[in-house]
Formats: sequence, structure tokens, C-alpha cells
Amino acid sequence: MAHAATHDHHDDHHGAPKNFFVRWCMSTNHKDIGTLYLVFSLLMFFIGGSFAMVIRAELFKPGLQLVQPYFFNEMTTMHALVMIFGAVMPAFVGLGNWMIPLMIGAPDMALPRMNNLSFWILPFAFTLLLSTLFMPGGGPAGGWTMYPPLSLQGDSVAPLVFAVHLMGISSIMGAINIIATILNMRAPGMDLLKMPVFVWSWLITAFLLIAVMPVLAGAVTMLLTDKYFGTSFFNAAGGGDPVLFQHIFWFFGHPEVYIMILPAFGIISEVIPTFARKPIFGYKAMVFAIASIAFLSFIVWAHHMFAVGLPLGAEIFFMYATMLIAVPTGVKVFNWVSTMWGGSMTFETPMLFAVAFVILFTIGGFSGLMLALVPADFQYHDSYFVVAHFHYVLVTGAIFAIIAATYYWLPKWTGHMYSEFWGKVHFWNSVIWVNVLFFPQHFLGLAGMPRRIPDYNVAFANFNMISSIGGFLFGASQLIFLGVLVHAVWFSKKKAADRVWEGAKGLEWTVPSPAPYHTFELPPVIHEDELAHGHVED
Amino acid sequence: MTSGGIRIKAWVATICALFAGAAWANPEPGQLNMTRGVTEWSSEPYFLNNVALGVCIVIGIVVFGAMFVAMFRFRKSRGAVAEKWSHNTTLEVVWTTIPVIILIVLAYLATGGLKSFADTTNSQMTVKVTGFQWKWRYDYVEYQGKALDKVGFMSKLDKESDETRQLKSGLDPNAVKVDGYNTYLINVDEPLVVPVGTKIRFVITAGDVIHSWWVPALGWKMDAIPGIVNAAWTNIKEPGVYRGQCAELCGQDHGFMPIVVKAVPKAEFEQWLAQKQQAAQPQPPAQQQPAAPAPASSSAAPKTAQAAAPATSHQG
Ligand code: HEM
Ligand SMILES: [Cu+2]
Ligand SMILES: [Cu+2]
Repeated sequence: MAHAATHDHHDDHHGAPKNFFVRWCMSTNHKDIGTLYLVFSLLMFFIGGSFAMVIRAELFKPGLQLVQPYFFNEMTTMHALVMIFGAVMPAFVGLGNWMIPLMIGAPDMALPRMNNLSFWILPFAFTLLLSTLFMPGGGPAGGWTMYPPLSLQGDSVAPLVFAVHLMGISSIMGAINIIATILNMRAPGMDLLKMPVFVWSWLITAFLLIAVMPVLAGAVTMLLTDKYFGTSFFNAAGGGDPVLFQHIFWFFGHPEVYIMILPAFGIISEVIPTFARKPIFGYKAMVFAIASIAFLSFIVWAHHMFAVGLPLGAEIFFMYATMLIAVPTGVKVFNWVSTMWGGSMTFETPMLFAVAFVILFTIGGFSGLMLALVPADFQYHDSYFVVAHFHYVLVTGAIFAIIAATYYWLPKWTGHMYSEFWGKVHFWNSVIWVNVLFFPQHFLGLAGMPRRIPDYNVAFANFNMISSIGGFLFGASQLIFLGVLVHAVWFSKKKAADRVWEGAKGLEWTVPSPAPYHTFELPPVIHEDELAHGHVED
Repeated sequence: MTSGGIRIKAWVATICALFAGAAWANPEPGQLNMTRGVTEWSSEPYFLNNVALGVCIVIGIVVFGAMFVAMFRFRKSRGAVAEKWSHNTTLEVVWTTIPVIILIVLAYLATGGLKSFADTTNSQMTVKVTGFQWKWRYDYVEYQGKALDKVGFMSKLDKESDETRQLKSGLDPNAVKVDGYNTYLINVDEPLVVPVGTKIRFVITAGDVIHSWWVPALGWKMDAIPGIVNAAWTNIKEPGVYRGQCAELCGQDHGFMPIVVKAVPKAEFEQWLAQKQQAAQPQPPAQQQPAAPAPASSSAAPKTAQAAAPATSHQG
């Protein structure tokens, strides 16, 4: 068995450094860096979440009670930037760092020093970004999409652009590292088509990142030069075109939304087979679906711009291309359901979150399909319907998958079981309140409430109040999550087995719990039956 | 009308909204679905919305239904033993093909709606809409082939909403009403007046940042972009007052630049236009305010409300 491949008895030789600074700040260990990413992401999740609480509090009832409209706009902008670049993306990088080497039988990431750098850029980027809130001119308030000319009116263009550059550099380095690791460091016998789906999803995501982060960097650099160096890329008065920015931004932006969901697909494809005790249905189809979604994501960007006055031919092209994405997405959902069918299921917390993911992400996909129909999008666009759509795919999609992954692998990381009871309390609260929070927003959008407004007509009052109540309770539920984590890391007495879950397959379960500081210094021997998807026939 | 009567009406409306999809042009409390709108074209998005929603609900019932059956039947606690298969080519072909067929149908329907929207030819009137931080400007460019000059005005949030919306104003948004309909943040000092039964071409642009001109009852929104002139059209079937808001983040008062379109019978519109032109003629350009509102506006006014409350500057 592959157990033999680990040297957990030589802790003194090459265990974790004792010095706190050396261990965490100078780390080149994929597990420690993974932990750093995950802790950072959790912190950002709560900061971005507190901004959301401000937004929902102001929207609790009609009339302005708490904040000025400009500050409200700073909150919506910062909320999105922090959640996307600070919470979701680093969480996936952290999970990738921790799990990819363990899943492919590699001793560490391919480029450990770069790994350290790509993490440590992030705290500086976000300190810079968040500090703008305390500066005289205020933080960015033009939306996370930063459309000029509006975004150029603010005083924080320079720090925003610099922060985005830093995040981009961090992401690109992280992506290079992941690609190098997956392509070069697999244990002998771990062929590409034997890799866990999570590893596949990250490989594809990493290519997306490398392709589009430079595009974003270019777009924001053009904003910077328009603001300070007299260029007119986006300035109509100088011969530029404000819509050009939107094309560049969404050429980055749509792949970006898939950067935030493909690793989630990977996670769900690990969790469901484990708790259904049955191999993933259609492994190759799953991998192929991820790849085709990634490809299509490059040719649908203008579906965010149906109302900018595109020519008819462009609207038709982008509508058809967008609708096509529903096909591979549907395949994934059907395959998850088929994985459950004929299984032997139990419903521990990770599985509960995975099941909720499948249902609620699909609801987000449904609204996505509706949004793709251009004439209908003339009504939906920039309304609360869109807000509901992307929160279903991002919160009950990306975030739920991250939470599922955390419960799933936490015992492997800490060596202790979390409290299943409190995990379930966390789950039921999350899943109920997130729907109370976001479902009514569909109605608000359909009734005509625009997004990004601090105040609204009385007709929208009832659903906004329901949504705000859901929001506060969903926010509070995440404190339960925090409690479960703190308990599992420091207080839990229940030791985790090496193979934490009865149905768990894959190399990560062959190492001890907690995973020792160094694993797979000798490559493991791969047994086909030990892989999550069983034998891959044809 | 008593407030009880209004409440009953609202409930009936809610139920209508739920099942039939609402005859309501303007937002109603508890509204659940998109408005059908009041124009020749506005039923397109409404129809597509309902069809797509129906399709999604059916697929949802099938998929989630299968999932719940699986979760019930194949539980370890019920003694289920995991099977070994992980493949079924027939099934996979079927569930790739069926969505493709559904999508083709939806795409076909949507393409039709899109084409008719894109056709702005043969209009009988042209209005230029310009977005500013944070108000709209309307210029009447041409009517029935005749170029118009100097008929144009700014349209901004009405005074009552504006006072109420100030931070901690202490004023009650519920109290901002016109004829019993709450107009908080969706009323203006001077509405855009247009004739019904006329194909109106809008040319839409902006003076500073990007805005978006959205009146749900007309069925579309169109971005107002500096340096770019977008075109759209409408042909309103029923007289009435139709309310909307700016839909593209445009700065601090983005939430406070509503749109009100007042559709009146042609004759009434022509009268209004003549008055506007007259008011513009003898006066120096500095003095833009029209002398008097259209007098006959009450005759054909719809059940909902008048455009601007009599208290606003509309009265001159
Ligand atoms: C079936 C798949 C999907 C389709 C057909 C789809 C379609 C769309 C469309 C057409 C829009 C533009 C709406 C508008 O502004 O008028 C949109 C917005 C958005 N979608 Fe999706 N989507 C899908 C899945 C996803 C996924 C997986 C994510 C992320 C995890 C996502 C995140 C977003 C976000 C963040 C926005 C709003 C961006 C903004 O304006 O700030 N979508 N989607
Ligand atoms: Cu997109
Ligand atoms: Cu606006």
C-alpha cells in the first residue's frame, strides 16, 4: 500500500520549522502555503461579508437610514472585489496547493519559492485596496466592473489598479505553479486521464487564469493612463470608446466567472462519489465538459453587454454561444445525479453541501439560460434578477463547494474530526437563509428594480426586507462555520482515520491524518481501484 | 378610493401577477413576474421569459425529482449497496441531445424578437435621450417627418422624493404618492410626453458617464453612452404613465434618476407639442420653462396616476 511512501517518523529531520516567522512567512511547503491561502480567504470572506451586511442593512427598508449613496457604492464595489479576488479565488488556490500534490502523489508544488511569493503578494494587495476606504477621496465606487468614464471619476484609481495588478501577478504565478506541478510531478502511473476530476478542473482553470489575467491587467492599465497620462483609450472626447473597455473587461470577466466555478465542479466531483460510494459517472465526459466550458467561456463575453447597442449579428452570435454553454453544464449536472443513482449514500456535512450545490447551482444555471435570451435580457440586464443569478452560481455554487471541500478535507489537514452536529447546524442554516436571501431577488428584478441602488420604491419593500433578513441570518450562520473550524483545529478530541470517509478513494487518503509535513517523498504506487473514478473504461 | 379597496386591488393584482403575468405596467408590491408591457414589442421579452421559465421548471422537476428519488432510495441506512457502473452511452447521448433541441427552439424564438427590435426604420417620431449625472434630457427631434426645434427639457427626480430620500430625512417614503400609487423615487418633475400608436425612434446617448434608459413597460433598456448614439424604438398601445429608472451605475445618485413616460392620445400630444413649440419661440433661450401644462391631460388619463404631481414645477 502507498502508506509506506510517507515518512511521518522523521519529524525532527524535516518537520515544520519551530519558529513562527520562519514557518509561515518563509514557507515553501505546499501544505503551509495552502493553509495560509485558506486562512486569508476566510478572513476576506468575513470582510467582504461585513460589507454585504452594510448593503443589506441599508436596503432593509425604503429610505436612506444608514449610509450616504456614495459610501453605498463603495460597499458594493469593495464587496465584489474582496469576495472575488480575496475570498473565492484564494480559497481555490489554497485547496489546490494543499490537495493537488497529495492527489497526484507529488512531494510538493513544482515551484515552492514562487508559491510563497504568490501568496504573500495578496495581503499587500488587499491592504492597499482596503486602505482606500480610509483615504480622503474614498474607495473605488464605480462597481467591480470598473466601467469608464465613471470609474475614472474616483480618486482611488491608482491604488485600485495597482491592487488589481498585484492580484493578477499572484494568480498568474499560482496558475503557472499548478500547471507545472500537474504536468511534471505526477507519480509514475498517474496518467492524465487517471487524475482526480478536481486536479483536472484546476489544470484547465490555471490555463484560463494565464490567458485572461493579463487582459485584465491591460484593461486597468489603460484606465490608469487615461486617468493620469492623457491617453484616451476610453474617452470619447479624445477619440476613444467607452465600450472598448467593456469588451476587454468581459473578455477577462467571463472566463473569470468560470475560474470561480470550474474548481468547484472538481470538488463536487470528488465529494459525491465518496458519499455515494460509487465511482463518478462518466469520468471522461466530466473532464471533457470542463474543457469545453472553458473553451466556450472565451466566446461569450458580450452577453454582459447586450444592452450597449451591439450590432444585430453580434447579439445573435453571443446569444447562441452563451446558450451552448448550457449543454456541457447540463451534462455535469446529469452526471452528478447519475453518480448518486444506484449508490449507497450517507449524508455527512460535505455531502449535504454538495447536494445543495447541485440543486442551487442548477437554479443559477437556469437563470443564466434565461439571461442569455437577448430580448428577455433587455429586461433582466442590470436588474436584481442578475444579482440573484450570479449569487446562486457564486454563493451556492463556488462558496458552497469551498465549504464542502473544507469539511471534506479538514480531518486530513488537522487530524481531528469536526463536530458533525454543528456542521449540520451550519449547513441547514446556510441553505435555508441563502435562499431567503437570494430567491426573492429574482422577483425584485422581474418587477423592475435596478441593481446597485441604495434606495428603492415602496413596491420593492417587502421582498427587500425578506432578503435582508435572510442576509443577516446567512451572515450569522457563517459564524457557526468559524466555530466549527476553531473547534476542529484546536479542541476536537476525535482523531481522524487516514481514510477519513468510508467511501473515499484517491491518494490523499493513503497518507496519515493529519498529513505529515512532507508526503510522497518517494512516489506512491498507483492502484487503479484506489482512484476515485475506478477503472476508466473506453 | 379607500385604502382597503386599494389593498384588495393589490392582492388581486398580485394573484394576477403570479398566474397570468400581470397587466401591471409599473412595479406593484409583491409582483412576481415580468410585466407584459404596453407596447407592440414588449410582449416579446415577456413571452420569452415565460417560455424559458416554464422550460427551466420542467427540467428542474425532472432533474431534482430524480435526485430526490436517488437520495431516498439509495441510502446506506436503507441497506442500499453501491453499484459499480459508471457509464451509459445511450443515456449520455439522450441527455445531450434533448437540451440541444430545447435550446434550438428557444434560440429560434429569441432571434425573432431580436430582429424585430433591431428594426428602427419607418419611425414616425424621433426623440433624443441624453443621460447626465443625474438627470435625463429629452429633445424632440422630429415628428411625422417634420423637424422640431427647441422642444426639449431636463427631467429629474421630483422634489418630494428628493427630500424624502435624504439620509435620515425623517420623511416617510410611503407617503410619496400620486393618486394613491406610491411614486417614491420613480417620479420626475417633468415627464417625457409621447403619443400612443406611433412608432417612436429613440436616439440615446450620454453627456458624462454611461447611463441606461429603462422603462420596464416598454420592454427594453438601452445604454446611454458618451460619444455613442444608440437607437431603439417603441410603439405604445395604451395611454398611461410608465415609470422606470436608470439601470447603469452612474455615480452616487444612480438610484435617483428615474424616468417617466407619459403616453397620451395623438391629438392631445399634438396639442402639447404645439404649446411647447410656441413657448419656445418668442422667448430668449435662457428661459426654458414652458408656460402651461397640457390642459386636457385628465381626459384620457389611465387609472394609475398622473405623471407629475400638481405640486411639482410642471405647473410652471
Ligand atoms: C449556464 C451557465 C450560465 C449562463 C448561460 C450565464 C449567463 C449569464 C448572462 C447572460 C449574464 C449577463 C446578465 C446581464 O448582465 O444581463 C450573466 C451574468 C453573470 N454571471 Fe452568469 N451564466 C452562467 C453561469 C455562471 C457561472 C457558473 C457564474 C460564476 C460562478 C456566473 C457568474 C455571473 C456573474 C458574476 C454575472 C454578473 C456580472 C456583473 O454584471 O457584475 N454565471 N450570466
Ligand atoms: Cu458571462
Ligand atoms: Cu445610473
